[in-house]
Amino acid sequence: MGITVSRVSKRFADFVALDDVSVDVPDGSLTALLGPSGSGKSTLLRIIAGLETPDRGSVVISGRDVTGLAPQQRDVGFVFQHYAAFKHMTVRDNVGFGLRIRKMPKTEIRKRVDDLLALVQLDGFADRYPDQLSGGQRQRMALARALAVEPRVLLLDEPFGALDARVREELRDWLRRLHQQVHVTTVLVTHDQEEAMEVASRIVVMNHAQVVQIGTPAEIYDQPASDFVMGFVGRVNRLPGAYIRPHEVRICEPGEPGCAEAEVERFLAFGPEIRVELRLRENGQRLWAQLSATEQGMPDLTEGMVVGVDLSRARRVDEPAAAGGAR
Amino acid sequence: MSTPTDLVGPGVRQRAGSSTRTRLTLRTIALVYLGLLVVGPVALMTYSAFADGLRPVIETLTDRAFLHALKLTLIILAIAVPLNTIFGIACAIVVVRQDFRGKRVIDSMLALPLGVSPVVVGLALILVYGARNGWVGPWFMEHGYRIIFSTPAMVLATIFVTLPFVAREVIPVLREIGTDQEQAASILGASPWQTFWMITLPAIRTGVAFGVVLTAARALGEYGAVAVVSGKLAGRTETLTLHVEERWLAFDPVAAYTTSLVLAAMAIAILVIMRRLTPKEH
Repeated sequence: MGITVSRVSKRFADFVALDDVSVDVPDGSLTALLGPSGSGKSTLLRIIAGLETPDRGSVVISGRDVTGLAPQQRDVGFVFQHYAAFKHMTVRDNVGFGLRIRKMPKTEIRKRVDDLLALVQLDGFADRYPDQLSGGQRQRMALARALAVEPRVLLLDEPFGALDARVREELRDWLRRLHQQVHVTTVLVTHDQEEAMEVASRIVVMNHAQVVQIGTPAEIYDQPASDFVMGFVGRVNRLPGAYIRPHEVRICEPGEPGCAEAEVERFLAFGPEIRVELRLRENGQRLWAQLSATEQGMPDLTEGMVVGVDLSRARRVDEPAAAGGAR
Repeated sequence: MSTPTDLVGPGVRQRAGSSTRTRLTLRTIALVYLGLLVVGPVALMTYSAFADGLRPVIETLTDRAFLHALKLTLIILAIAVPLNTIFGIACAIVVVRQDFRGKRVIDSMLALPLGVSPVVVGLALILVYGARNGWVGPWFMEHGYRIIFSTPAMVLATIFVTLPFVAREVIPVLREIGTDQEQAASILGASPWQTFWMITLPAIRTGVAFGVVLTAARALGEYGAVAVVSGKLAGRTETLTLHVEERWLAFDPVAAYTTSLVLAAMAIAILVIMRRLTPKEH
């Protein structure tokens, strides 16, 4: 069940948007399609919804091949980045739109819409028009509208991309909780790795029209399949021919075997995190280390001080992650 | 070092200082311009129409030729405006939402009626529909339909000159609203037809209304093209606009003024009705 995308390709004129892409979305999961802009993630979502037709390949939703079907017949819910609110309709009419199309009796529509508005915490806003709502409220309305017709899958195209940082964070938490309540198979497109990590239970990383890795957030973070994934997901120090995550840099005594010497350029401590910006003595390379404030045996660091750094957990470029010693 | 703020600072202050004077000057220019070109002449015409009392006005309004011209004008409006509204909306959707070769041709054809002199339009219609020497005119004549010097040609001429208005108004609105709302509707199960009626049309209604007003106003006032194909037969192929000229040339200024006022009143009525039909945005 869920969604099965098999060997889908799509090009727009000279631009290859998807190149032989296959993805399985398990039933009831919350999966993120993560990638930089132009990686094909939005095109893939729109192909699942039927808003674009693939040049090759097939899409199966809940065991039904929908490749040749119009969007109307696919039983999907879709949420757009810019809300796509029906501006001339009230919130109630927006949310009830799909039900009116399905000719549900008016009293039933009313009841269902009220339930949905409560679910998305918009009770009391039923008679407002979209432009009387904030961005976050509009997007919750769009979600209620998509959920109203009880779709088999819910597709979200950068749903929080147009919102400011705080609202985005709130909505992320809220979406995750909503998914626990509703359990509808959900696919979320995002270019924000933090968003994908926080919300999704599975992440499909895309780059250059292809899928480069599929896994849980922990797998993607700890065992990136390529240096693209490593650089894209999570913070990273780039050394000549190698990568190391800031939390994998260990501060040691200068001269300790296996340690390089580095000068402390800046020392920032706030909350649970300590950020030490370093410059390697041998080649002037800059990098930073992320330390925990509770870490034991930390030497007292001051700016200008020379310390040792242990970079043994660095991964060479294109070396599969497992060899780097993570975990 | 001077920051960008330093560079624009003095200019901004200067503008702020003289802004009241500038505003007043602009307002005066606008009012004087409107007064000289619109308010003055219309007021004078109203005055002249009623200069000899109410009786000549009533005589004009009950005159057979006037009533016929009014009827003909309404018939032309009733055909040309709906047809061009439907065509204009369809055309706008094709130009904005579809992609195909020859799209640019449609786009430029839509500008043509704006650029061609109405007299030329009239002559072209005679060339095609003329009863004796026209291209398809003789065929129609054989089957009992006179086109030129008759109502059909006047309707055709009006349709031609008012062709682009609705499309021109709707195209930018359609571009601006984008496709998200329509796609959202279709994913929610709406057929293309339902999407058009429930989503697209309400979203473009302001543009449509404005296009309809322009179309109707031009249809009311069209002189050149209609004059060429009508033959200007009083009581038979005369619209209100042609009637104004005919009365004026017949040394009947009061009738000419009165008919003009009726035309102006109709135009204002159309404007008011369309305003009513398109509620303000929320």
